[in-house]
Amino acid sequence: MKKSVLLGALTVAGLAAGAASAGTLEDVQARGKLNCGVTTGVPGFAEPDAEGVWRGFDVAVCRAVAAAVLSDPMAVEFVPTTGKTRFTALASGEIDMLARNTTWTFSRDVDLKFEFTGVNYYDGQGFMVPADLGVSSAKDLDGATVCIQTGTTTELNLADFFRSNNISYEPVPIETGAEAVQQFLAGACDVYTTDASALAAQRAGFENPAAYTVLPEIISKEPLGPLVRHGDNVWGDIVRWTLNALITAEELGVTAGNAKDMAMGTNNPEINRLLGSEGDLGGMLGLDKEWAKRAIMVEGNYGEIFANNIGESTQIGLARGLNAKWTDGGLIYSPPFR
Amino acid sequence: MTTMTDPHASTGSQGFKLSMLLNDTRYRSLTFQFIALVAIIAFMAFVGGNLVRNLAEAGLNISYAFLGEPAGYDINQRPIEYDSQSSHGRAAMVGILNTLIVSFLACVTATVIGVFAGVLRLSNNWIVARIMSVYVEIFRNVPVLIWILIIFSIMINALPAPRDFRGADASSSMLFDMFAFTNRGVYAPAPEFLNSFGSAALNWLMVIGALVLSFVVARTVKRWATTKQEATGIRPATWYINLAVWIVPVALVLFFLGLTWNFPELKGFNFKGGMQVRGSLIALWFALAIYTGAFIAENVRAGILAISKGQTEAAGALGLRPNRIMSLVVLPQALRVIIPPLISHYLNITKNSSLAIAVGYMDITATLGGITLLQTGRAIEAVLLLMLFYLTISLSISAIMNVFNNRMKLKER
Repeated sequence: MKKSVLLGALTVAGLAAGAASAGTLEDVQARGKLNCGVTTGVPGFAEPDAEGVWRGFDVAVCRAVAAAVLSDPMAVEFVPTTGKTRFTALASGEIDMLARNTTWTFSRDVDLKFEFTGVNYYDGQGFMVPADLGVSSAKDLDGATVCIQTGTTTELNLADFFRSNNISYEPVPIETGAEAVQQFLAGACDVYTTDASALAAQRAGFENPAAYTVLPEIISKEPLGPLVRHGDNVWGDIVRWTLNALITAEELGVTAGNAKDMAMGTNNPEINRLLGSEGDLGGMLGLDKEWAKRAIMVEGNYGEIFANNIGESTQIGLARGLNAKWTDGGLIYSPPFR
Repeated sequence: MTTMTDPHASTGSQGFKLSMLLNDTRYRSLTFQFIALVAIIAFMAFVGGNLVRNLAEAGLNISYAFLGEPAGYDINQRPIEYDSQSSHGRAAMVGILNTLIVSFLACVTATVIGVFAGVLRLSNNWIVARIMSVYVEIFRNVPVLIWILIIFSIMINALPAPRDFRGADASSSMLFDMFAFTNRGVYAPAPEFLNSFGSAALNWLMVIGALVLSFVVARTVKRWATTKQEATGIRPATWYINLAVWIVPVALVLFFLGLTWNFPELKGFNFKGGMQVRGSLIALWFALAIYTGAFIAENVRAGILAISKGQTEAAGALGLRPNRIMSLVVLPQALRVIIPPLISHYLNITKNSSLAIAVGYMDITATLGGITLLQTGRAIEAVLLLMLFYLTISLSISAIMNVFNNRMKLKER
């Protein structure tokens, strides 16, 4: 009994001591595995399938990084994190990167000392109400009871929105999205608010989707993206440019299917630089020339990943919208590979 | 060399020598305890210092500055003034009060349920005893989180939504036009005072003052009755005096304050006015009370069975009726067995109330340990504060109940 207490204390001290380490890239290569923090399960974004293999939009980013760094997209240890544990897990070094629907905000970037390496999904907070309530704008919601998933930026946005419009509401905090839907459908709250993508996905699963409307107001900006610890710029660059490689690949028409052929050399110099047949961009990252090719060949370019995991042909059924590439009027844009 | 001997202090034949710390059995154990204490403190300081230093190196400097910053989120049940511009510290205070409210309600209810169920389980009536056995075994053997969720689900799905009360041919209607049972909670008339003394707290203080006065007078009446009984052998009937003592002062205070009732009314999306007991509070309160009540019932049964049957039979031989035997002879003795485990059940209720977030009740775990933690990312700081809070509350409950236990326990002479 006494011995176990002593050992416990030593473990705590040892854990803290293990946090300080050299380069993440060396750590990952030495370990032969990438520790990637994901959600505990959000359909389409990160969820284990029937065989227990993690799949999803965020998971694809982890796999692309693993392919770029370790040449093996399956060499990923997925660490499910909750809203509460995600930042501690990353800061303590338990995970090397976090790809978990995390909104890029000032305080998370600056105060919590993380580095957001880009945005892989532009979201925004919306409202859903029963159609027979006769509400056409969020500003008509004075006195309404609002179901919110707790522990997300949505709570703060909601408070700000109602405060700035000088209307009152009664918040009903709920721990998971599924419970929120249950309460909303039972009429325990008048309004359900969360990211518009999730609203659309959940409404599609209702018995009678037409009986519910999503209000036109989008009250917040929710840029979701992968993040790493502050201070390790080499590792930050690798994650950032892997994501950019996926985005650029869509722009240049490089897909999972044709990446191998294109890597032989094309007459487009940017494709050649991306796939490593010209120049040595990979060397500058501390990787080999074919890093981006491997990353793209895992699940394809950004457009393919979107379409296969959360696109309109899937159950989630999200339109590209803001997440179309910039040439199609969206916001998905990568700095050039040169 | 006897330089260590203090000539003034040594009055006896032999002085104190340093070697006595090890060789003298009077001091040896103290010496080793002191060394062990220093070693433990040094070890803790080393571990703690290591932790702080490494956390700082990992960019996790410990800081409580966030407690003063605006929280930015709203809380539905606010015992004190709070809005989204109040600080995180204030939000934590609201959470603490909400924890205390539900813990207090659940402790009182669980005790009442537990005492009744425990006594009834020993009833000679076969059906009553069996029903209580079923209650105890079912509720004791299913986790409390499940009970919280079950009660909450039943409330949400079985009770009507406020919009069902609307219209001429509404599918639901209010009880006596005063109470509305909805799946958002129970709405009841709220007392309001026309001749207020300034603040609501002051008004209620007056009412509580009147009740305290009644309590003191009622005790005097009881003492008078006992004296008279000892003198004459006949206990005077005091029930009508007690009735007056309890009702008249409170009624007078309420009359001078100008008591009126504010009735709940359906306006817009929700009922407005009156007071609302939210569904989350009801679900948590009932679940904790019924679950812990089953444990308390077993304690009460154990306490009663610990009293020798001879006591009951002797009291019966004196001509006492069964309910008086229970309340005058058996229960007072059984309390000595019942109270110590009761303390740990009260502690369990308080700690189990941290499951509140499962139904969206904003207790300290949901505010400080939930939203504040997530919005500020200060996990270690928030969790340390939470631990401190629960430790303080648990030790306070423990201390109060120990005082009570010392007063109740067998006085050995």
